[in-house]
Amino acid sequence: MSITRRKFLSWLGAATAGTTLGNTANAASNKHFSGYPNSMGVLFDNTRCIGCRKCEEGCNTVNELPAPERPFDDLSVLNTRRRTDAKTYTIVNRYDAVSNVKIKGPLYRKVQCNHCLEPACASACFVRAFSKTKKGAVIYDASVCVGCRYCMIACPFEIPTYEYDSAFEPRVMKCTMCSPRIEKGLLPGCVEVCPTEALTYGKRTNLLQVARARISKFPDRYVNHIYGENEMGGTSWLYLSAVPYKEVGMREDLGVTPAPKLTAGALSGVPIVVGIWPVLLTGIYAMSKRKEKIANTETKLAVAAAVEQANTEAKANLKSEIEAVNKMKQKEIDNAVKKALEEAAKPKEEEDSDAQPEKAEKKPSEEGS
Amino acid sequence: MSDEAATTGKPLLTPFNVIAGIIVVLGLIVTVLRFTVGLDAVTNLSDYNPWGIWIGFDLLVGVALAAGGYVTSAAVYLFGMKKYHSAVRPAILTGFLGYTLVVIALHYDVGRPWRLPYPFIMQRGTTSLLFEVAACVALYLTVLFIEFSPAAMEWLGLKRARKLVVRLTILLTIFGVVLSTLHQSSLGALFLIAPAKLHPLWYSPYLPVYFFVSSIIAGLSMVIFESTLSHRYFADKMDAAHLKEKDTVALGFGKAASLVLAGYFIIKVIGVSEGNNWHLLSTNYGLWFLVELLGFVALPCFLYAVGVRDKNIKLIKWTAAWTVLGLVVNRLNISLVAFNWHLPASERYFPHWMEIVITVFLVTLGVLAFRFIVTRMPILYSHPDYEDH
Amino acid sequence: MEESIHTLQEYMFHTESITYILIIGALLGITFFWLFLSQRDDDEE
Repeated sequence: MSITRRKFLSWLGAATAGTTLGNTANAASNKHFSGYPNSMGVLFDNTRCIGCRKCEEGCNTVNELPAPERPFDDLSVLNTRRRTDAKTYTIVNRYDAVSNVKIKGPLYRKVQCNHCLEPACASACFVRAFSKTKKGAVIYDASVCVGCRYCMIACPFEIPTYEYDSAFEPRVMKCTMCSPRIEKGLLPGCVEVCPTEALTYGKRTNLLQVARARISKFPDRYVNHIYGENEMGGTSWLYLSAVPYKEVGMREDLGVTPAPKLTAGALSGVPIVVGIWPVLLTGIYAMSKRKEKIANTETKLAVAAAVEQANTEAKANLKSEIEAVNKMKQKEIDNAVKKALEEAAKPKEEEDSDAQPEKAEKKPSEEGS
Repeated sequence: MSDEAATTGKPLLTPFNVIAGIIVVLGLIVTVLRFTVGLDAVTNLSDYNPWGIWIGFDLLVGVALAAGGYVTSAAVYLFGMKKYHSAVRPAILTGFLGYTLVVIALHYDVGRPWRLPYPFIMQRGTTSLLFEVAACVALYLTVLFIEFSPAAMEWLGLKRARKLVVRLTILLTIFGVVLSTLHQSSLGALFLIAPAKLHPLWYSPYLPVYFFVSSIIAGLSMVIFESTLSHRYFADKMDAAHLKEKDTVALGFGKAASLVLAGYFIIKVIGVSEGNNWHLLSTNYGLWFLVELLGFVALPCFLYAVGVRDKNIKLIKWTAAWTVLGLVVNRLNISLVAFNWHLPASERYFPHWMEIVITVFLVTLGVLAFRFIVTRMPILYSHPDYEDH
Repeated sequence: MEESIHTLQEYMFHTESITYILIIGALLGITFFWLFLSQRDDDEE
């Protein structure tokens, strides 16, 4: 299936989204993508590989990689299990114990980027440094790479490597399927030099037919499984093997789910959170605000009631106080009258009563306190 | 650390200052090495192990432990739990410093740190969860900075600017929760693309949910843990409200953490069942998984519950520290221990001592920055000129 | 300039890019919509 679209290069590209969406709407909702038609691939047949390391040398030459520590004709390096690194895009490993009796001697496995139809590295890259070309190569653009190395986490084949020794311009290094060469119509470096035709370059669809033909022609020679046909959604590199693939160090537990599908669910959760969370949170906020308001009103009412009660009590107190004061005043007046009367009666007996004025002085001071 | 170290104007040569000084000097030396010679000189990273402790600890643990900011501000401003108000500012400060350190750590880890804005200004890799994480972390750091700014403005006496920011509180809090939900979960979702490399007991389609829920637990526990340390070393900076609410916060947050841990335990068990991984529990990795699940999820869940029921503040505090440790174990399990489990031991990663130096260096910077700020700005006390906020 | 989408990766890049634009719009939009919605609320708050 293919969906027409306009070139989508930037945020501004979204302005054209209307027409694009119009086109996608024609497609079935259950979308399936089978990759670029006529894209190329390479078939590796391990029953034909003799472990000569010529492909390593060819790769090294055409990609202008640094010279290896030990020369390519030194086959003793096959005694150790190696992997690709920042200076080596492809390596060949030897596997001695072989379960297929038809095969005499060891089997070899060539390791390089498998050029997935749906590359995990491209899906994982947050600057789109990786892209799948129409010809089938997965290529890398060092000019935008930040160096987060998430591509290396994502790749199920552990292919991307990193120039850890470079302080200023470290790059991710991996096989490019000789993309510059195949664009020019040349063969990938490794395929060109392979002396035994263990490597076949061609259209991926054709290679699948070739592989099937070999299996049906020599059913004893091959396991009935083309590695890369479906692994991780399919790869541009395909493999034929005399033994189950895990015996030559290839993982058979990767599944057939293309990498972008693995994260599609999590990605589609993002806009849902953005859409629903603010509504939910504002709702919770409004509820707590309302609760607070009710609580406040209740408090206010309670306070008002308390104040009123206090007021009535205070009024009552005031009344009684006023009464008390009035009573005292009355008493004072009474006393004053009494005193005046007594004083009026005094002159007659002034000499014998010394205690009287003392008493009169004391009284007002008591009232003042 | 001694009490003298906590206050300014006291002798400089305290044991804390001496140790911090040594770490800072070492850290600076390794920093120079890292940026002049390259990653190879200071790390054990390899083509099999592209992510080490700078991602596993500094990024994954750092972001989770900084979750206290959004958890506390949501509780107080959105859920209306005003009684925890005194916990907001320390939590926001911890969050802000945490995220700042995460971003600094990323500068060490990525190959070309000066290109960190590239995902936004050059090409947007929108299919990458790392793009989502990067966008949210960048935005959330901004939100945290604004949320933290009133404290700095009170310190500097910028009344008008502060008033403006305070009016945005609710909006900022909601944005903070949205952004945190997204990037906390996306950090877990980063590993969804590598089912072939992460051990099935840890790999689950629920990874984003696990990361989000455990970040809430980490946030709650970190608030308790941080308040315990603050009370120990900066008690003289605390006002009456902080001292009074300290135990309320421990009880309330402990209760919340216990409940969330219970939910987390349930969904973790469901994850094992959904992945049909029961049989793996009897393997070595399974035992380690059970240690994490029972020792660092079920146990703290129970201890928090006991602590809350018995009003045992001491138990709650120790449980908080244990839970924080459990979060560290979980994040390291996913990023390092259970990652690349299929590889032979010789190809596995163990951090270079200089990687550890940088991590310790960054944590020390965080502690120093925290001390610098709480001894100057109104974090653990309310500024007398500004009522309530 | 018409091209075809042949891979899931390209397709997801296309849809996700639009999604992110919508997300930015949604965050801004919901904020202003809330202001519009509660502008005439009687109570002071």
